[in-house]
Amino acid sequence: MALSGMRGLSVFISDVRNCPNKEQERLRVDKELGNVRTRFKNEKGLTPYEKKKYVWKMLYIYMLGYDVDFGHMEAVSLISAPKYPEKQVGYIVTACLLNENHDFLRLAINTVRNDIIGRNETFQCLALTMVGNIGGREFAESLAPDVQKLLISSSYRPLVRKKAALCLLRLYRKNPDVVNVDGWADRMAQLLDERDLGVLTSSMSLLVALVSNHYDAYWSCLPKCVKILERLARNQDIPQEYTYYGIPSPWLQVKTMRALQYFPTVEDPNTRRSLFEVLQRILMGTDVVKNVNKNNASHAVLFEALALVMHLDAEKEMMSQCVALLGKFIAVREPNIRYLGLENMTRMLMVTDVQDIIKRHQAQIITSLKDPDIRRALDLLYGMCDVSNAKDIVEELLQYLSTADFAMREELSLKAAILAEKFAPDLSWYVDVILQLIDKAGDFVSDDIWFRVVQFVTNNEDLQPYAAAKAREYLDKPAIHETMVKVSAYIIGEFGHLLARRPGCSPKELFTVIHEKLPAVTTSTIPILLSTYAKIFMHTQPPDQELQNQIWSIFNKYESCIDVEIQQRAAEYLALSRRGADLVDILAEMPKFPERQSALIKKAEDTEVDTAEQSAIKLRAQQQTSSALVVTDQRPANGTPPVNQLGLVKMPSMSSNADHNSTDQGLSQENGTLSKVDPQPPSADLLGDLLGPLAIEGRPATAGQQQQTVTPGLGSDPNAVDASAIVPVGEEQNSVQPIGNIAERFHALCLKDSGVLYEDPNIQIGVKSEWRLHQGFLVLFLGNKNTSPLVSVQAIILPPSHLKMELSLVPDTIPPRAQVQCPLEVVNLRPSRDVAVLDFSYKFGNNMVNVKLRLPAVLSKFLQPIPVSTEEFFPQWRSLSGPPLKLQEVVRGVKPMPLVEMANLLNSFRLMVCPALDPNPNNLVASTTFYSENTRAMLCLVRAICLFPGLQTLIGGITAQLNPQLSVRIETDPADRTQLRMTVASGDPTLTLELKEFIKEQLVFMPPAPHAPGPVPPAPPVAQPTSPVAALTDPGAMLAGLL
Amino acid sequence: MGIRFILMVNKQGQTRLAQYYEYLTLEERRALEPEIVRKCLARTEQQILCKAVIHVYDADVYLYMEQCSFVEHRNYKIVYRRYASLFFLVGVDNDENELAILEFIHLLVETMDRHFGNVCELDIMFHLEKAHFMLEEMVMNGCIVETNKSSILAPIQLMDKMN
Repeated sequence: MALSGMRGLSVFISDVRNCPNKEQERLRVDKELGNVRTRFKNEKGLTPYEKKKYVWKMLYIYMLGYDVDFGHMEAVSLISAPKYPEKQVGYIVTACLLNENHDFLRLAINTVRNDIIGRNETFQCLALTMVGNIGGREFAESLAPDVQKLLISSSYRPLVRKKAALCLLRLYRKNPDVVNVDGWADRMAQLLDERDLGVLTSSMSLLVALVSNHYDAYWSCLPKCVKILERLARNQDIPQEYTYYGIPSPWLQVKTMRALQYFPTVEDPNTRRSLFEVLQRILMGTDVVKNVNKNNASHAVLFEALALVMHLDAEKEMMSQCVALLGKFIAVREPNIRYLGLENMTRMLMVTDVQDIIKRHQAQIITSLKDPDIRRALDLLYGMCDVSNAKDIVEELLQYLSTADFAMREELSLKAAILAEKFAPDLSWYVDVILQLIDKAGDFVSDDIWFRVVQFVTNNEDLQPYAAAKAREYLDKPAIHETMVKVSAYIIGEFGHLLARRPGCSPKELFTVIHEKLPAVTTSTIPILLSTYAKIFMHTQPPDQELQNQIWSIFNKYESCIDVEIQQRAAEYLALSRRGADLVDILAEMPKFPERQSALIKKAEDTEVDTAEQSAIKLRAQQQTSSALVVTDQRPANGTPPVNQLGLVKMPSMSSNADHNSTDQGLSQENGTLSKVDPQPPSADLLGDLLGPLAIEGRPATAGQQQQTVTPGLGSDPNAVDASAIVPVGEEQNSVQPIGNIAERFHALCLKDSGVLYEDPNIQIGVKSEWRLHQGFLVLFLGNKNTSPLVSVQAIILPPSHLKMELSLVPDTIPPRAQVQCPLEVVNLRPSRDVAVLDFSYKFGNNMVNVKLRLPAVLSKFLQPIPVSTEEFFPQWRSLSGPPLKLQEVVRGVKPMPLVEMANLLNSFRLMVCPALDPNPNNLVASTTFYSENTRAMLCLVRAICLFPGLQTLIGGITAQLNPQLSVRIETDPADRTQLRMTVASGDPTLTLELKEFIKEQLVFMPPAPHAPGPVPPAPPVAQPTSPVAALTDPGAMLAGLL
Repeated sequence: MGIRFILMVNKQGQTRLAQYYEYLTLEERRALEPEIVRKCLARTEQQILCKAVIHVYDADVYLYMEQCSFVEHRNYKIVYRRYASLFFLVGVDNDENELAILEFIHLLVETMDRHFGNVCELDIMFHLEKAHFMLEEMVMNGCIVETNKSSILAPIQLMDKMN
């Protein structure tokens, strides 16, 4: 072995190597550092050779992981040494030790520049390399033109130019302006004509960086890239030294194909044809050979070609070829190729519609779960899972769980839980899966997972006995995981009584089997067990004296527990259980959970963000899938009507309350109880849920009693009676019942810009809208909730004469669990109260479903609230005198509501209530601007006065005069708020009339006539007292109310 | 960027060469190197163990246990290859072509082999500067500059003549 030219360095390295332990090594290194430091101090005595030697020692020490906080200056100073060996060391060590922001580096800029523009090409190379590795912004500013010149000029040799290319790449990253000069794209294209493969390799890296930012400036490079590929693939004019195991520079091939992936498409048909010829040749002509290196190199090219084919959206035939190839790869023994096969198949899944072909390889993919590199297979299975194969895949995952690497178990169980939830063919299977999961890998099952199963069981009555029986089975096992204790105790507590007649399931037996677990559990579980005892005790009919004593003694014991949670529960349960019959009410079954987005799915989404790739393919795939919608499985569980749904996404509790009206209509009416309709609009985040990537869920049916418990006294509110009685035209013939009240949904949408317009067991139609002056931009979200496609989908807009509406194309078929977005543009021509109707129909199975839905493009959407001052209001108010510009009407039968609420109502219709404008505090004055294509902006004034004997109150609103104006004045009677006098004024008679009528409709309670045709909106949901009902919307308050 | 770093580490976990193309502080390097070395070493250990089992049981089944040369680490990938006692570890961006990098490692080894003749760990250790020079000719700023061995070695030969 030849020793290095520097003897001292070799000796030191050898010494360090011979150190028996880390401690000795440190001592030796410290000694050397001291030595070097001393030598550097009397610098004058150092020869260039010595300097070089010490600088290398520093680098070596630094590489070993020791801090070297001196000598940087010496390293940098070597850069200006006249001789090549010293200069070289200077450049290399500087690049290793310093970062781009180091002050010393700036000192060297001039020397570096001199080397770059100098005539010594070895010096040029050294300087370009260092700048290419650590050059910062300052270098970019002072060196870029010089470096460009070196790269372009053919008078320099390739060895300089290839370095100039990558140096320029660095400078470009530091300051993109350095190549944003006119004509640079042409020069770049010329560079690609280069014959030297070294220069070409570097230039291709530069091109990749440039096109990844602005491909559109570089279209001229695209055909050149294809030419290079052709040259390489045909092995034309490739020097022997650039072939690797017979393959013409695989690295350049890969880079070139990468560059092509940043262009969105290849338009020129000739170029496209040439490119596909090359790709076809690569795809078909790559054989598996014995030589590992050759094999790897040719497959490196092949995988890049696959990526390019996927990117270019080749014809289906070529795609199938690709999948077939990948199918071959995932079956080979060579682990690298198998890994990449799986990885690329996962990508394939996201990009194109070849899922079905991929599914044919499912068995092989499942085998790959046994690989040590399980993650790839897991990702792929996770990606390809749907309702058709969920059972197979999830059960494989479960089986694999007990032997999997510990590091993988958490991810495995999370993914299994998510898939089970998303794609469960029936709910009992879902419960099975989760319980097995807890049983097999309890340590890796997060709380979210068991919370979720409890939610499902609570919300689905059919499931409860099954879940209770399962939980009971697991409790018989000798050693079960603590999470299993928690979940089974909870389920037994809630639903154990449903098992009463089965053997081993008497309250006493249930108690005993759960209580056996208590000594082994931690304090976080004990509170759950205490609740379970209390519930078992409550369900014991007739009371069992012995059981009572047992349970009481436990409560007694924990009453003094140091853990506050346990102590409180024990104390409260003890007190409660002595109250006899009251206990039954207080400890009644937990209410249904409000639907919410699965915490699991959220978690999975979060983790995906971390590992998100930046590749062109992935970015594209994300764009493509973002509009997809995962919808719950609507298939009835256990043959019951479709009330059990695997809800995935949170819905505000309000709308689920509303839904109960329809789904449980029969039940509630039979009992004479009525679910109270919450007058408040759904919470604002509805849209986020609805339109998010995982929109929609079904919601559970709720028993009427529960609602009644929450809102005693409100159940008989006549306003709610026939809330669901208004049936859209043609609705009667449909066998599919809508979920929720269509009229209410319409009404809610009149008040806000987004929400659900219509929902039935098959489809959910959401609306998101934006209103700008006289224009409206709506998007209809048609979400198929089923696992089979909805066909013959038709959406026809029946616009009233005052609206110009244009609906974009609605596809004939909505794929399973997919969501289609249809933009709809609205232009308001003139004021009118008429409402646009969406005639929507689809076919599901043999049922043709047709509904006519009013679209929330109502008058108020074209209003823009505007504040006015007293000085502005009254002159304008007076200037608009008498009909038809100012209309007054005494409105009777107004829904009673406090003044504040009426103000809120007006505000929500974009009539800006101007407080303190009217001298009488009981009067309301509001102003707004109306926009239409014909009238443009028009001010409206409204004033409402309560009719109270001897006292007039202003309620209405008024607006200032810009163009024709409108004002409204409403006078109400504080004692009898069902009567008011409203005055509306504007500069346009139609507007005045229409606005007056519109407000009247909103204020007046109109008994909803069954099957009332036409656009008569029922007012009730808009205006009801909110205070007592507020509790309904808050699940927490709901629970509190029950406990 | 492509290549983030190239490490040469022996079986005992001692770094023989480290070249970073994105700046990491010394602390970050100290944390990173042992972590990924441990990860890769553990994988090959397992591999060796599995190979031993092959002789006893059914070869087909256990061959499957062989692990691939790519490890995901934090937000990037490590492509690694082992030559006798020495590991070559290359950190790359997630979307980098793994097989191309794997063969690039081999190209690097072949190049060193051509220069040193039967290159071994000690050559790299005692000729740290030459190893650096070669790498410098092959990779710049995380991109491959040159794959032609004669071109790569030309400056080193020039320097040898000058010394």
